[in-house]
Amino acid sequence: MNTPSPDALVIDQVRKSYGSLQALKGVSFSIRRGEFFGLLGPNGAGKSTLISIIAGLSRASSGRIAVLGHDTVSDFRQARRRLGVVPQELVFDPFFNVVDMLRIQAGYYGCGEEVWPWIDEMLERLDLKAKRDVSMRALSGGMKRRVLIAQALVHKPPVVILDEPTAGVDVELRRTLWTFMRDLHSKGTTVVLTTHYLEEAQEMCSRIAILDKGEIKALETTPQLLARHPFRFLRLKLGNGGALPEALRPLVASELPGGTLELKLETSKHPIGSVFAALRAAGLDIEDVHTRDPDLEDIFLELTKAC
Amino acid sequence: MSPDQIGFVTLLKKEVMRFWAVLGQTVSAPVITALLYLLVFAQALQGRLVPGYDGITYTQFLVPGLVMMTVIQNAFANTSSSLIQSKVMGNIVFTLMAPLSPLEWFGAYILAALVRALLVAVAMLGTALVFVPLPVAEPLALVGVFLLAGGSLAALGLIAGIWAQKFDHIAAFTNFLITPLSFLSGVFYSVHSLPKFWFTASHLNPFFYMIDGFRYGFFGHADVPILQSLLWMSGFFIVCSGVALWMLMTGYRMRK
Repeated sequence: MNTPSPDALVIDQVRKSYGSLQALKGVSFSIRRGEFFGLLGPNGAGKSTLISIIAGLSRASSGRIAVLGHDTVSDFRQARRRLGVVPQELVFDPFFNVVDMLRIQAGYYGCGEEVWPWIDEMLERLDLKAKRDVSMRALSGGMKRRVLIAQALVHKPPVVILDEPTAGVDVELRRTLWTFMRDLHSKGTTVVLTTHYLEEAQEMCSRIAILDKGEIKALETTPQLLARHPFRFLRLKLGNGGALPEALRPLVASELPGGTLELKLETSKHPIGSVFAALRAAGLDIEDVHTRDPDLEDIFLELTKAC
Repeated sequence: MSPDQIGFVTLLKKEVMRFWAVLGQTVSAPVITALLYLLVFAQALQGRLVPGYDGITYTQFLVPGLVMMTVIQNAFANTSSSLIQSKVMGNIVFTLMAPLSPLEWFGAYILAALVRALLVAVAMLGTALVFVPLPVAEPLALVGVFLLAGGSLAALGLIAGIWAQKFDHIAAFTNFLITPLSFLSGVFYSVHSLPKFWFTASHLNPFFYMIDGFRYGFFGHADVPILQSLLWMSGFFIVCSGVALWMLMTGYRMRK
């Protein structure tokens, strides 16, 4: 018998190999109930493989996964009833219209007419009401994406996985989606998000795991992750066409258009005052200056850069 | 209904709705093709006697075989085309992620194929009976043979659909296995009219027993005893179903 689990998802030593390629190398972590969790990683990191295993589309070579305490293999029915997955690919069934597709999807999960009002509500919330009786074939890419989101939510799953839901979609859908997901999250739904738009993850997720080459490289709350590397970025535009002093050159992170330099400073080692002092000592004028704190993209690149 | 039963019924309904959405292609077209065979062969071989079928005209002899051949081809086509379309389009993920057991998958696909086969058979027989009077000697045998033959071919279609990775693979199955075996199963002739080698070879063709058993249902006698046909068909059904269920349970070529 399954005991109530405090965790929405438990991933325990999951390995997946395709021949000699190890896509997942013993991944373990848990996602708590009610979390808005980000699973990030570069292409080929193993995110989609992991999601496929959670959803039952792939089988792990070893290890186990539980959704709200239900094993995804031995207790697959209960696990899948508690899970909704928005797949990355824009897939659809050309034989049906929107509302029939959603009712069929609800039926697979054992839901009948009692969820029809919820289907109508989702059509309204996702701006699909006018497309209710339109064939899936006739929908635009953005509309198909909305239907995919509705399909994943049709059985009111307590755990939702969004696999790059905003890839290639317009601003309007992005806003609609995040408003809808925030609302569901505020009502207790656990949301797992994978995305390449790191600003979205930074804004939405309370905890983030970074997966790279089949391994978890970091798993922390978003503020902890952002504080993990105490960098600060200093953008400088020098006057007089002067060259940066030799001592500061290793700090240059990038050269931006218009002759602006971006320096990556470790706050404990390189106080901004010392940089200005070095520039003054070299007789250089500063035309413009701007500082910024590291964002998730900087942390992400730091953690996943090639060894 | 329990949630599991709702899931099963939904998959069955969806599979029926899928072929119903293109009824002209899935039911009308095969019926017209079979009726054209009937028209051409009946006209060309009119008056020909069929060995072992005294008192039965060639046209009467032809009808049950053509109906069963259409059942065979359509039961196979329904499951195989549904699966390969879902795989190629990618929408197979909706059913793979759903809380459906392998047995529910199997049952829903087989039953939907039987519904299509039944529609085709009824339409074909209904039209043929307007022109060709046919007795029904053993209705129970007719039902049994229809279920075993349709079920076996639907299961074989599942195997093909799961194994195939592109439409070409299904076409190869149809062109190099289903069509030759159904044409060489005695639809257009009695095996008693064949040379010894082909007579023996026909008895190794499972489709022969489907055609012959179906004919028994109409005329009360056939080339081989009905029990032998039923045993062959049961064996074929068990083998096809066993392989299809094994594929579904192991996720063969579907759950990577």
